[in-house]
Amino acid sequence: MIEKDPLKNILYLDLTRKRFWIDERRDLFEEYLGGVGAASKLLIEECRQGADPLSPENVIVFAVGPLNGLFPLASKTVSCFKSPLTGNYGESHAGGRSSIAIRLAGYGAIVIKGASDYPVYVSIHGKNVNFRDASALWGVRSSTTVGRVLRNAEAGAGIRTIMRIGGAGENLVSYASVNTETYRHFGRLGLGAVFGSKKLKAIVISGKTTVPVSDKRLYREVYDKIYNAAAKSPVMKKYHDLGTASNINPLNAISALPTKNLKESHLDSAERISGEYLAERYLGRRTACAHCPIACIHLAALREPYANEPYFYKTTMTSYDYELLYSLGSLLGVVDTDAVLKLINEAETWGLDAMMVGAVLSWMTEAFEKGIINEDQTIGLRLKWGGYDEYAKAIRYIVTQPNDFYKKAAKGLESLTEQYGGSDFALTYGGNGMPGYHTGPAAHLTYITGARHSHLDSAGYNIDQEGLKKGLPSVKELATSLYLEEAWRQILSSLVVCFFSRGLYTPQLVSEALEVAGSSLSEEDLNRLGKKILGNKNHFKEREGFNMLAAKFPRRIFDLPTPHGMLDERQLEEAVVLYHSLLEST
Amino acid sequence: MYKSMVQFQLKAGADWMVKRLSVIDSNRCTGCQSCMFACSRRFGSGGLANAAIHVRSVGGVEHGFVVIVCRACASAPCAKVCPVDALSVRAGGGVRLEASRCIGCGLCAKSCPYGAILWNEEENKPIICVYCGYCANYCPHDVIALEEMEAKMS
Repeated sequence: MIEKDPLKNILYLDLTRKRFWIDERRDLFEEYLGGVGAASKLLIEECRQGADPLSPENVIVFAVGPLNGLFPLASKTVSCFKSPLTGNYGESHAGGRSSIAIRLAGYGAIVIKGASDYPVYVSIHGKNVNFRDASALWGVRSSTTVGRVLRNAEAGAGIRTIMRIGGAGENLVSYASVNTETYRHFGRLGLGAVFGSKKLKAIVISGKTTVPVSDKRLYREVYDKIYNAAAKSPVMKKYHDLGTASNINPLNAISALPTKNLKESHLDSAERISGEYLAERYLGRRTACAHCPIACIHLAALREPYANEPYFYKTTMTSYDYELLYSLGSLLGVVDTDAVLKLINEAETWGLDAMMVGAVLSWMTEAFEKGIINEDQTIGLRLKWGGYDEYAKAIRYIVTQPNDFYKKAAKGLESLTEQYGGSDFALTYGGNGMPGYHTGPAAHLTYITGARHSHLDSAGYNIDQEGLKKGLPSVKELATSLYLEEAWRQILSSLVVCFFSRGLYTPQLVSEALEVAGSSLSEEDLNRLGKKILGNKNHFKEREGFNMLAAKFPRRIFDLPTPHGMLDERQLEEAVVLYHSLLEST
Repeated sequence: MYKSMVQFQLKAGADWMVKRLSVIDSNRCTGCQSCMFACSRRFGSGGLANAAIHVRSVGGVEHGFVVIVCRACASAPCAKVCPVDALSVRAGGGVRLEASRCIGCGLCAKSCPYGAILWNEEENKPIICVYCGYCANYCPHDVIALEEMEAKMS
């Protein structure tokens, strides 16, 4: 680490006492690089065992890494917290301008402790930190509006991040998100509810410091190598052309697209929610995270007439990605393109994890179909596959929680099934909603073993899809390769580079880039560190009560074939045991 | 005396070419800010402390972006207001900074209606575009380009 690199600075915010201070933690960033390595360690240090996730004892950590502000595609921030959804380890990533703003404000991490007794937002412009009264913003349900207000109230246009919550975070929905730059999210595992519990409506951060390098010439050389690869490489093409929505058609073609709560894995009219269809008919603009030339953010322009006034329209820009088109589209049997976009926009506005909302709504629909719940619970909503109007109202009820049923729905699927049954068809892994790949055993193993229960933890869906060409590896090989992939991804998310650039940031390139940042780490060092960070994360998970060996697969996944045939439960369990022993061995 | 008066020292009717940065189509801008990082990197470091180009949203990224560059004015307000003659007008338009003269008062930045004079907060000096075009090499979508500009007396 270069002596004058500000990465070592940690900004502490105590919301209870409205105090802040800066600690130098060179040791932490030298040992763990930054990002998830540093954030998970800080969470372990700062968050007491058994702390209630929605109490002042919970701690929020945001961290960036040595490559942020230096290289393209190093555009992500990692947040760590205790999750109100799973009750254990919470980690969520977002782009926008968040990582550049934190890094160039002169910090490697921001640690938020305590809770305010009245609504606040925190304004951080370099070393200038202010707690501001957000009473006037509390109750603004739309996270988009909060952004609009703060855009005018605060400095730093173009170089700031505005992280904020909507109504879902205020109302402590366990899967509320924190949104930034309108269309990017710390989406998963409920960071928005932790903000809400601390009466923290928003954080604005900006700065424009220098980031020092070890060697100017080497910096330009390595930069150009990465930039040219990013701008010209075929591995990035998918992300800038159609974006992740390009997955809909191929997954549907191999019957791996979870449909109607995974009663089916193929949707006849999926074409209408595909990346191709959206790009041709709706795509209104493509935007980028700061310092990423790819521009994978796809915004659909939806023009809607007002029913009561002729020639009067509104045009809404909605950010779409594969996971949202799956969770609020195919999973709910919604194939009306306008309706899917409107549902995505509902989740966006309220500040909810769209993936978890989809998993909850699809369970509710099947439970209603089976008669487990009825209109008494749903407050008159006759939930049905593809029923946009009912879904939009149900989302509102999840946020406003007018009865006990919706109060439970706001806590998550475990809470619903404890009361009403129906756990066999609840698509949840360790409490988190299932991602959109029913591709085979590897995908489901990722969901259950991954520290975040996210498809991105170890990308099993990728192994499944490649396995269609060359066959799946043995159970032992499968467990090992998922483990090594998850361990390696700890390095990428400590730097912090976007996972979409994982094809470019090879171990060798990471070593070269780190040399520019003044760290000399071999491929072997990196692999060892990745395993150590993954070990730390799982240590926290277990400390807070998670037991991977006792975690349950949803029964539903065994009811219908994947492209690799029916899933073999015994094989999956064997793989989980192997995965667990690999974790234990480090 | 105004610095922009320099142009009258040139021979009447003389033609020559100078370069300036030009925004070709801001609608193609995705807000990736690669240009800003490139500009700052000219000095060999990361971050944005030295960026002379700025990209911000029009007012929410959904509405697109504003790309702010120095347009190399022939009669440059920034040079006119500099109280210590640190800014001089380049033959054909645009300004040069003599940093050792600059007292960091910030009047130049206030005088530019485009907001194209950005500020190096670490050194408390204006960041003046030198029309090198390095930033344009890193624009993935041809939003900006270095342009040859005809400089004429008339």
